[in-house]
Amino acid sequence: MTMSEGDLAVAQIKFVRQTTLEQQPPPKSMHGPIGWLLTNLLSSPFNIILTILIALFLAWIIPGLVNFLLIDAVWTGADRDACREVVQNRTIGACWPFAWERLAYFTYGSYPIEERWRVDLFFGMLAIGVFWILWLQAPRRDLAAYYCFIVLPVCSYILLSGFETIGLRHVDTVLWGGVLVTIVVSAVGIVVSLPIGILLALGRRSDMPTVKLFSVLFIEFVRGVPLVTVLFMASVMLPLFVPEQYSPDKLLRALVGIAMFASAYMAEVVRAGLQAIPKGQFEGAMAVGLGYWQMMRLIVLPQALKITIPNIVNTYIGLFKDTTLVFIVGIFDLLHTIEVSRIDPKWATPVTSTTGYAVAGIFYLVFCYAMSRYARATEARLAKSERR
Amino acid sequence: MKRIVSVIALAVMFGATSASAQTLKTVKDRGILNCGSNGSLAGFGLPDAQGKWAGLDVDLCRAVAAAVLGDDKKVKFVPLSAKDRFTALQSGEVDVLARNTTWTSSRDTQLGLNFAGVNYYDGQGFMVRKALKVNSALELGEASVCVQQGTTTELNLADYFRANKMKLKTVTFATANEAVKAYDSGRCDAYTTDASGLYAERLRLANAADHIVLPEIISKEPLGPAVRHGDDQWFDVVKWSLYAMLNAEELGITSANVGEMAKSDNPDIKRLLGSEGNYGEQLGLAKDWAVNIIKQVGNYGESFDRNVGAGSPLKIDRGLNKLWSKGGLQYAPPVR
Amino acid sequence: MSIDLRTGSPPARVPFYNDPKVRSIAYQVALCAVIVFLVYGAASNAIDNLKKANIASGFGFWNQTAGFDISQSMIAYSNLSTYGRAFWVGLCNTLLVAAIGIIFATILGFIIGIARLSKNWLVNKAASGYVETIRNIPLLLQLLFWYNAVLKALPDFRDSLSIPGGAFLNNRGLFLPEPIPQTGFSFAVMAFCAGIVVSTGYHIWARKRQEKTGQQAPVFLVSLGLIVGVPLIVFLAAGLPLGFDYPRAGKFNMAGGIEILPEFAALLFGLSIYTAAFIAEVVRAGIRAVSHGQTEAAYSLGLRAQPTLRLVVVPQAMRVIIPPLTSQYLNLTKNSTLAVAIGYPDLVQIFTGTVLNQTGQAVEVVAITMAVYLTISLATSLLMNFYNSRIALVER
Repeated sequence: MTMSEGDLAVAQIKFVRQTTLEQQPPPKSMHGPIGWLLTNLLSSPFNIILTILIALFLAWIIPGLVNFLLIDAVWTGADRDACREVVQNRTIGACWPFAWERLAYFTYGSYPIEERWRVDLFFGMLAIGVFWILWLQAPRRDLAAYYCFIVLPVCSYILLSGFETIGLRHVDTVLWGGVLVTIVVSAVGIVVSLPIGILLALGRRSDMPTVKLFSVLFIEFVRGVPLVTVLFMASVMLPLFVPEQYSPDKLLRALVGIAMFASAYMAEVVRAGLQAIPKGQFEGAMAVGLGYWQMMRLIVLPQALKITIPNIVNTYIGLFKDTTLVFIVGIFDLLHTIEVSRIDPKWATPVTSTTGYAVAGIFYLVFCYAMSRYARATEARLAKSERR
Repeated sequence: MKRIVSVIALAVMFGATSASAQTLKTVKDRGILNCGSNGSLAGFGLPDAQGKWAGLDVDLCRAVAAAVLGDDKKVKFVPLSAKDRFTALQSGEVDVLARNTTWTSSRDTQLGLNFAGVNYYDGQGFMVRKALKVNSALELGEASVCVQQGTTTELNLADYFRANKMKLKTVTFATANEAVKAYDSGRCDAYTTDASGLYAERLRLANAADHIVLPEIISKEPLGPAVRHGDDQWFDVVKWSLYAMLNAEELGITSANVGEMAKSDNPDIKRLLGSEGNYGEQLGLAKDWAVNIIKQVGNYGESFDRNVGAGSPLKIDRGLNKLWSKGGLQYAPPVR
Repeated sequence: MSIDLRTGSPPARVPFYNDPKVRSIAYQVALCAVIVFLVYGAASNAIDNLKKANIASGFGFWNQTAGFDISQSMIAYSNLSTYGRAFWVGLCNTLLVAAIGIIFATILGFIIGIARLSKNWLVNKAASGYVETIRNIPLLLQLLFWYNAVLKALPDFRDSLSIPGGAFLNNRGLFLPEPIPQTGFSFAVMAFCAGIVVSTGYHIWARKRQEKTGQQAPVFLVSLGLIVGVPLIVFLAAGLPLGFDYPRAGKFNMAGGIEILPEFAALLFGLSIYTAAFIAEVVRAGIRAVSHGQTEAAYSLGLRAQPTLRLVVVPQAMRVIIPPLTSQYLNLTKNSTLAVAIGYPDLVQIFTGTVLNQTGQAVEVVAITMAVYLTISLATSLLMNFYNSRIALVER
């Protein structure tokens, strides 16, 4: 760039600044901690009041929680005397020795102690399956579906229930309990409901009037009634509908109820995914001569399921929380084992119930929060890949 | 192809005409007895920390298993709440329901049960805090009472308060555990259930000594094992398993001396233990059915003592449950 | 699969079993056959099983005496009433807790939903924390916590917490003074009703006038005066004709007044707090859905912040909010069935609990219960569809 004559002339003038000014810092009130406070917490009188109110509320609840869970908590002890204020002469928070002593019961229920390695193995296999299918960069994800929907259910059944000919003692489902049952119920729910949900969703969008009718009837019926009544129906009426000698056991009945319920909700999630697929995809598939099932399997479902992954995970979170309802029909899930333990006279103290609920609360919070983060991350990823 | 197979499988499952009620054969084929039991009532049905079941009702199921299968350990206990016990029996989930169940006419007729005798004569009572200074159930007007849902207790309670013109506030819970816990935490002034249950539950309260059981017994509660209506053979088997235990006590046969007693000359003993006649075969059982019961489970007196009587933490007096010959109500027809 | 285009022969006839129409009919017939077969199998098994077990069937039990007591009932009920009566008691209790729960959940949910959009960092984060925590813990666990850990921990009735105004709180519940209208109170009620009618009329008139002339009338202030002010004056003029039945310590518990059971309170708390977290998300999404251009356009037309919110943003946000909001209301109603775990006498606790157990008629009882919830759901979705078709954007 060459200077023009005019510029040169200006450059001669002494009082014209030759260099730009040093940048000044923004006003005090706009940056730094004070600025942050002023813009984010104290921007108007109303906001000041709100900030103070919320701060007071948090100052009340957070120290209370920390005190209860950590500072005042009892960490060691053999029985209820360790956690009683009258005996210890101090404020007592959570009674962790109670939770510690009952931890095995919370995890396995009454599963025979010498067979519990089978449950651990099941947890391990399940963890592998979950990582495989949810981690989008995992190798051979095509095999993951077979692993999760065929290999895993069969192996788990053999492992948990027992198979005498290969030396695994039969363990009756009456003995199952705790986290094991919570996981089994929710896992069966998802493994069964996804294929059935897909079929129902396809049925609902089918051109065949009776197929559509039955799908709609089933979906709307199940979605219209509370899960508690579905579970009651499964546990009370199902045995009447099959001949006496095939009467399913208690856990199986609850599983049927949960699977029915989850299928109906899953069908609606999948349907939303199907609706998002442009019509051109269907027409294109038909134009290259694919049959209905080929079109669905090769073109439509892979796209539809991919965009529904976040919603499927959200449905699963709901299902995971809903498994607590099997408590009402007498299945020993995690919550039920806690309910049974907290009335144990050995640990009868005013804090036992709250400690038990804290354990369950933390368990569900950690799992559900992790899953919802995953769903959100996937959603963001998919949104990015959609943008062009 | 897969679809066809599954359709056929379903068809077989649903369409198969259900075999007529042959519970005895089913149990023998299965090799295990499914017994509906309480699961949370000390003295009647409660598994310990190792999962081993004990109780008066549990012993009855073990006796049936010993009589039918020759081994009292071949029982699968299914813990049932008061609410779902009848459906479990009706649906065939359990073969016999021994879960401190009161014998009433409507349960015989409307619910389609058959009660195979009475293994414990009970009556309903109340438990209150000592601090309330209540000495009689008649002083409980206006009181809140915790009660378990779906029991005769719930109905008797309402009847009793109405008959005595007292106002009642019931708080109903689905399980006995919840009801007791609610009472213990002060939600109710009184807890009501069968008297035997009161003693058992009192042991589990945080401070057992702070509670008393009121003297009034407001109902008749004959508790007994129940089977499904319409299978007389199985009904007989359960009935006579109970009678065998009662007869054994009456004849002085215990689990310790049953071996020697087999050599006894007493014709009653010989008939019971199968060394004379074929009474076992008539029931569809083995000749030594009663020997198995007595050897493995014991007689009624032993079972009572071990589970609810002097030999147990409950220390309940035998009272009405003494043998008829000792002034009680327990009476078994003869084996003949 | 290569097709010879040169020969020009007519296409081969499609065999009839490859005809889509024939196939479709065949599939449907097969499906119907399977379903009929399954239903028939299930029904015949059920009849068989019931007959064998000698269980009564039919709805004859409806008029039999129930014989049990219910701790809370809004309609007259005693243990001499029938099972049918017990059903209505349960249904009323369900509807009561659902209705009050919906009101609380809506208020709390809107506050938190708006708080999540607040520019105030602390408010925003506190609201997010609430939503994330509450949504990720099962409702049943929350109910048990409220009932067993919070309400049971309240003092015994002898040490009842006294609340100013004559109310008491203890582990048996909340006891409020019961208002008892005396002579003259009916005048105030009449004035109230008249106020509603007159202010509705005024509202219509004011709107018509605004459409014609563009002049606005102070509708809100006038309505407030008519509905609240006038009845209040009448009430004062009649000499405060309202007495109170104050709860007082009885032998076992507080006597008199209105008693709110801890079971009810726990269920109400749990349902409201849980559903509010979901409603908050609905509200947030709804407000976000109104594009910022709408607000800017309103400002550029000269509307101030408050009317912009009232006339531009809220009506559009409501269009997005109302359908999912309704489904949250339905969820709350369906979730009220968890009452069974804490002993609140709702429909499920009374009907599929005690009645089912006493009559043993599982099929009838469960069918009736499901029919009730199904009716509520379907009626609500019909209303929703009607509403949706009314407010749907009319696109050109």
